Amino acid sequence: MNNDWTTVIKPKEKLWQIDVGELWRYRDLCGLFVRRNITTQYKQTILGPLWYILQPLITMVMYMVVFGGIANISTDGLPQPLFYLGGICLWQYFSDCLTKTSATFTDNAGIFGKVYFPRLIVPLSTVISNLLRFAIQFALFLVVYAIYQLWVIPSGIQTNLYALLLPMLVLMLAGLALGFGILFSSLTTKYRDLQLLLTYFVSLWMYATPIIYPLSAITNPKLHFIMSLNPLTGIVEAFKYGFLGAGEFSWGLLAYSFAFMVVLLAVGVVIFNRVQRTFMDTV
Amino acid sequence: MATAIEFNNISKLYRLGLVSTGTLRHDLHRWWTMNVRGKEDPYLRIGEENDRSVKGESDYVWALRDIDFKVEQGDVVGIIGKNGAGKSTLLKILSRVTAPTTGTIRARGRIGSLLEVGTGFHPEMTGRENIYLNGAILGMTKEEISRKLDEIVDFSGCERYLDTPVKRYSSGMMVRLGFAVAAHLDPEILVVDEVLAVGDAEFQKKAIGKMQDVSQGEGRTVLFVSHNMAAVRSLCKKGILLENGRTRNIGAISDIVDEYLSEAEEHNCRADFPDNDAPGTESIKLRHVQLVNDSGAPITFGYITDRIGICVDYEVTADTAAFTHGLNFFDTSGIHLFTSHDNTYCGSNMVKKGHYRTIAWIPANLLQSRDYYLTFAFMRYSPFEVLFHSQYLIKIHMVDDLGAPTRNERYNEDLPGLIRPVIEWSPKTNI
Repeated sequence: MNNDWTTVIKPKEKLWQIDVGELWRYRDLCGLFVRRNITTQYKQTILGPLWYILQPLITMVMYMVVFGGIANISTDGLPQPLFYLGGICLWQYFSDCLTKTSATFTDNAGIFGKVYFPRLIVPLSTVISNLLRFAIQFALFLVVYAIYQLWVIPSGIQTNLYALLLPMLVLMLAGLALGFGILFSSLTTKYRDLQLLLTYFVSLWMYATPIIYPLSAITNPKLHFIMSLNPLTGIVEAFKYGFLGAGEFSWGLLAYSFAFMVVLLAVGVVIFNRVQRTFMDTV
Repeated sequence: MATAIEFNNISKLYRLGLVSTGTLRHDLHRWWTMNVRGKEDPYLRIGEENDRSVKGESDYVWALRDIDFKVEQGDVVGIIGKNGAGKSTLLKILSRVTAPTTGTIRARGRIGSLLEVGTGFHPEMTGRENIYLNGAILGMTKEEISRKLDEIVDFSGCERYLDTPVKRYSSGMMVRLGFAVAAHLDPEILVVDEVLAVGDAEFQKKAIGKMQDVSQGEGRTVLFVSHNMAAVRSLCKKGILLENGRTRNIGAISDIVDEYLSEAEEHNCRADFPDNDAPGTESIKLRHVQLVNDSGAPITFGYITDRIGICVDYEVTADTAAFTHGLNFFDTSGIHLFTSHDNTYCGSNMVKKGHYRTIAWIPANLLQSRDYYLTFAFMRYSPFEVLFHSQYLIKIHMVDDLGAPTRNERYNEDLPGLIRPVIEWSPKTNI
């Protein structure tokens, strides 16, 4: 009689109580959230999904003027549009996922306060729905890439087999963004100070990542080492190396990023799970 | 019958006031005591009973304290209590929106909770899309929703607007759509909070009807919180009365509702005037006014299907010329409903000094389920003279009964009107 309980509600659960089966049962909800995120993003705008393309293009032109033109920062000998656009695609995906998932609890307090479902579904669906945007922006990158390959001779672009690592790189970006995001969202439910800091943190982080400059531009070995502590550095450099043939590809850096992601996700999920149980009392 | 849900010493501590720098200090203190020194949470000890009206010493209150009961499979349990008694907190814990501070709840079967209708509706999405989204949030799979889609749309009555964004819906339509989805959820245990309080009369009827189907026909376990005593009485078999976060009583629903209402109406149902300045004339003083039931025992409220009495005690302080009594019923907005003169006494003898009691019997099935105010008068005939007419003396709270002869058993909606007498209808005939 006593062991056929299907639901047990207790004040605290074990640290590692992650019910994967439950997440799987709610996969339809995840899919519907993804659909909601995508379909509602550009409702009642005239240009609609065109914004997906306009945003990176405008940013790219801005970078070309400010960083390429005025500041004259090197692009590893690559055409500026391609160099910036590649970086923008990756960074946009990462920062969108991070800022959105870091507001998981505060944005969804209304729903979370009324009904139970595994809360992880929400940040997961955010990371997945942002993939569409990334895909479109990456397609834009490919178009610009094709233009250079076909019409600009010599293009100086040496695409190699490492480009095939792309899915892995995106997965790592997603994992890192999700990990940082749920960690932030858990820490900000009670004390909102961190949320105010996050905006600064994200924009500073971009400058600490080789987006607008190549890692090779950092000649000071100390600084170079500090740069490579950033788990995004290896990913961005590997992307540029694979598609454009310039940059510092390093399996070591990639392995570091991957390990970083695994630890971060583990810590993030544990803390997130803990907070989700009572966050309604403090939000 | 097997136990469906078991509550073991469920308690919930809340911190009042603002979350600010002070909170951080408490958090650090708690962390220090619990994790470093390995003792129990220091703030658990200083929690106070949750009485809203009294200013407390501590910032911490127990919204729930040692809630301990079992619900059998197929039971329909009404949870009642004043605002702040802990009803919603209990449902929140049960639906896993928040975790208890101490204690355990064990349940058999899927728990579906309905703390709100239309949770997660997105205004930009169409009715159809929202049905899927809301259904999935409530725990249904896509396939389940597709199977029930026609039923849901039918129940909501929003077919025409199915492909319109819900931001164009009226608030009533939004509620219908939300309830329609919720009504088609079928978990083994259903937790419902006050959702019947929203929507128009027609919709409330539908909602109560659906609740009745769920609770009676389908043998599901239901926990139901509502302030609508008539609905609670007709839907539930068992009741739990919460007071300041503790269980005050558990039992048959009619007993529990009676106990709750008695408490609420305790101060309204009677009036006492022991002193010299009691209302009345020089020689006739009102002493005591009390609502009584059919057998003359004091009650605090009445059911519209029962005969109730207005028992009035007065004192004649000196022999006085014959007089009689009368009373008036007013509704809460001051409309005079009826008057009644006591015809049983119209002699010409003197009334001797002493204490007297008169009871005015209000027939069953006359009053409506609402509050009434009573005034009382002494008067004399030939020539007619009002000796004294009181202010409002007591408030009479009447409670509906879904089994009343004035309503069809299939009609759960509100019956309007100031009174609700039984009217005899002769069967229709061909003419």
